[in-house]
Amino acid sequence: MEEAAISTSTSSAGTAEPGTEPAVQLEGITKRFPGVVANRDIRLSVRRGHVHAIVGENGAGKSTLMKILYGMQRPDEGEIRVNGAPVHFRTPADAIAAGIGMVHQHFMLADNLTVLENIILGSEPRRFGAGIDFAEARRRIKEISDAYGLGVTPDALVEDLGVGARQRVEILKVLYRGARILILDEPTAVLVPQEVDELFDNLRGLVREGLTIIFISHKLDEVLSVADAITVIRRGTTVASVLPKDVTARRLAELMVGSELPSPETRESTVTSDVALSVHGLTVRGDAGRPIVDGVSFDIHKGEVLGIAGVEGNGQAELVEAIMGMRPAEGVITLGGRDISAWSTLRRREGGIGYIPEDRHRHGLLLDAPLWENRILGHQTRKPNVKGPWIDRAGARADTQRIVEAYDVRTPGIDVIAAALSGGNQQKLIVGREMSGDPVVLIASHPTRGVDVGAQAAIWDHLRSARAAGLAVLLISADLDELIGLSDSLKVILRGRMVADVDPADVTPERLGSAMTGAGGDRDTPAPEQLGPAVTGAGEEA
Amino acid sequence: MSSSFTDRLLGKVRLGGLLALAAPLLAVVFAGVVTSIILALTGNPPLETLRLLLDYGAQSRTMVNIINLATTYYISALAVAIGFRMNLFNIGVDGQYRLAALVAAAVGGALVLPAPLHVGVTILVAVAVGGLWASIAGLLKVTRGVSEVISTIMLNAIATGLGAWLLTTDRLAVAVSGSNNIGTKPIPPSGQFPGFALIPGTQAKVFGFVVVAALLGVAYYVLFNRTRFGFDMRATGRSESAAVASGVSVKKMVLITMILSGAAAGLVGMPQLLGASYSYSLDFPTGLGFTGIAIALLGRNTPVGIAIGALLWSYLDNSSDILDLEGIPKEIVIIMQGTIVLSVIIAYELVHRYRMAAEQRRVSRQLSAESPSPPGSGPNSGPNFGPDPASDSASEEGAKA
Repeated sequence: MEEAAISTSTSSAGTAEPGTEPAVQLEGITKRFPGVVANRDIRLSVRRGHVHAIVGENGAGKSTLMKILYGMQRPDEGEIRVNGAPVHFRTPADAIAAGIGMVHQHFMLADNLTVLENIILGSEPRRFGAGIDFAEARRRIKEISDAYGLGVTPDALVEDLGVGARQRVEILKVLYRGARILILDEPTAVLVPQEVDELFDNLRGLVREGLTIIFISHKLDEVLSVADAITVIRRGTTVASVLPKDVTARRLAELMVGSELPSPETRESTVTSDVALSVHGLTVRGDAGRPIVDGVSFDIHKGEVLGIAGVEGNGQAELVEAIMGMRPAEGVITLGGRDISAWSTLRRREGGIGYIPEDRHRHGLLLDAPLWENRILGHQTRKPNVKGPWIDRAGARADTQRIVEAYDVRTPGIDVIAAALSGGNQQKLIVGREMSGDPVVLIASHPTRGVDVGAQAAIWDHLRSARAAGLAVLLISADLDELIGLSDSLKVILRGRMVADVDPADVTPERLGSAMTGAGGDRDTPAPEQLGPAVTGAGEEA
Repeated sequence: MSSSFTDRLLGKVRLGGLLALAAPLLAVVFAGVVTSIILALTGNPPLETLRLLLDYGAQSRTMVNIINLATTYYISALAVAIGFRMNLFNIGVDGQYRLAALVAAAVGGALVLPAPLHVGVTILVAVAVGGLWASIAGLLKVTRGVSEVISTIMLNAIATGLGAWLLTTDRLAVAVSGSNNIGTKPIPPSGQFPGFALIPGTQAKVFGFVVVAALLGVAYYVLFNRTRFGFDMRATGRSESAAVASGVSVKKMVLITMILSGAAAGLVGMPQLLGASYSYSLDFPTGLGFTGIAIALLGRNTPVGIAIGALLWSYLDNSSDILDLEGIPKEIVIIMQGTIVLSVIIAYELVHRYRMAAEQRRVSRQLSAESPSPPGSGPNSGPNFGPDPASDSASEEGAKA
């Protein structure tokens, strides 16, 4: 019901002054990939001269949508209108011709060329039909740079530029090709806070000059500070269009994640006093000897879910790989009182550590192998998969069938290859596999990333019932509500160090979010109680 | 997102049903067409040439030669395929089998033992030498990260040099009577592997080693498909990252696989040595390892596929002899072999893409038939903004904007 009410506000937010067509309008865009619907009935109206933000969680379908708008993918259904006229993009070149330009999250610049050379690459102005007219190019670049206050020096080498300057070069490159509508894909992901501020100043300058900007992000505070209008995508479809003045970050977060969240109040603590996994002084070094994980210590008790919150890339992946024995590390890890620091990955798995990897395609599955062979993966020394040195096909197949039924893996059979399943069903298979063989500890890295709502709820249920049965879980997630909802205790990781302990019963995603960025206080003096009233909303997140 | 082209090239992706048969057949037909065009362009009658090849290949003497050469090719291709299954490119089968055959011939010639034991020891020596030589490349890869492609190519050159040094009259060789050839001391009858007359109408015998080759094929299948070790190998070949996460020690697997591949390579020279020449001399066949690479690709690393590929290759090689007599350059057969390999790879790739799309379509169709509701509209996606779990505390905290 409420969704309908929000959608009504779409029209008010999207309605322009009489006579002005929206710069971009999407109607009922649907895109299916085998086994999964990436976009479903997307509706979007972007007003000219606006910074229009599109927000959503990882895997919500933002990137697919932008690829459709930029001509890299073609929609199965629906209509795209640019400045009121229906368009059909076959390639990005069509989109560029229609005045749409894209600034990718990862820069596409040649380091050893100058700014000017990078900008004109592929669309060089010609002189007498042959030679490149550098003077003309320099003049135009200067003109664009001055008009929008980008401050780009044409003759600097790109390799000498900082990240912010490179991004401005990317923007100028797009403008140089005549774009009037810019798509920026998570432009702040690579920037430090001051650079973010500069970028936002640039963006405001661009829209003042009449350009339109579509800004993709999942950082709510940035969106609220720069956007003129916001559209929220969840599970592949647009769920709301709102104006920043009408919403709070909290409300946006709710719109992004929906209401299918576990509710912490309904559970009783199952934490026992037995320590299942203990990590002490764990340090993982990078290639240069610099610690990526720096002296991390924690205990997980039987029946406890310990959540690790942190902005991605702060050492979570390395921490997990060190615990799994996939990455050399200093420090002591004990499993049920036994020191397993020197154990191989296989022995740790045999010892009772289950592992739901962050990237199921790279670490969790053999995509080309049938499901029953995937059941064996990681359990290839244990019953019912093997008998001595032989693979027990019958046993493995029967147990795969059991997992498929018990974990509701939607598949026509256990002989289809794993790649044919949707992400959610692949993940349910992995969860089922890792829960079998009576694990003592489960390392769950982003267990519900990129899975559909039904699968997410099912996976949460499985994690909760396993916890009630005495399983110790290390939960790493980017979904703060998932972390808060499932965890019995929470730790915040920042630059490889545990900087805060948080009580999940008394924290909001916003406060947790600011603690993750170090904005919650002095990170050198971590104290369990530091996340008190001193934490000021989420305004500092960057 | 799914398999890479290399994976498919190396046959780690299954193709099932009639399509798997159709692909190579079409490829062979296509190669025949290409060859015919080239024949016609060079002024040779295509149909007549193909008829010559068919006729000559059907003679019983030629058939024996085809089976014998195919036996050698088969073992060579299996040796290569063992590495391929784990993404290891053992280009060094050539050096491994030549060195192994030389040392085994010398040992076999020097020993005096009862018959079955004599053969057994000679074969064991060959297996050990092949495995040892390959283990150098394996160790280099595991300890120093040297690409096995580079190291095995280098080791081929070193094996050639080492062989030339060993095969002198000062060391392992003796003069072959009645020629200026030199070779190892001939293996006495007790160390020879008896052949048998399989094809009627000729005195020529089929290598007894064909039985060993067949057993090797069975062992290969069982190892890869039925054992834990084979599972680890296949897993590593399909996705090294997933194998590591599942607890496979990739370094150990690389070393063992390399040694296994080399050990099989050690057998490549055995049919010839124990069934025909009984001595390793200067004219011992070379280059079998490289042919093995092509045949392993052709057979997609499956034992049956490799057998068919080896027979086809051997057939073309043997029946090409007739072309010279008819004044047609026999190199036309090499063009044909090359075209077959290329078109088989392309045909498999096309079939694979078709099948992937078909399977994903089939699965989503079957699933949507089971449950009428589209994905994503599960029981939980009703009203979207129900009671919020965390709204009791500080719901105004996020208002700062």
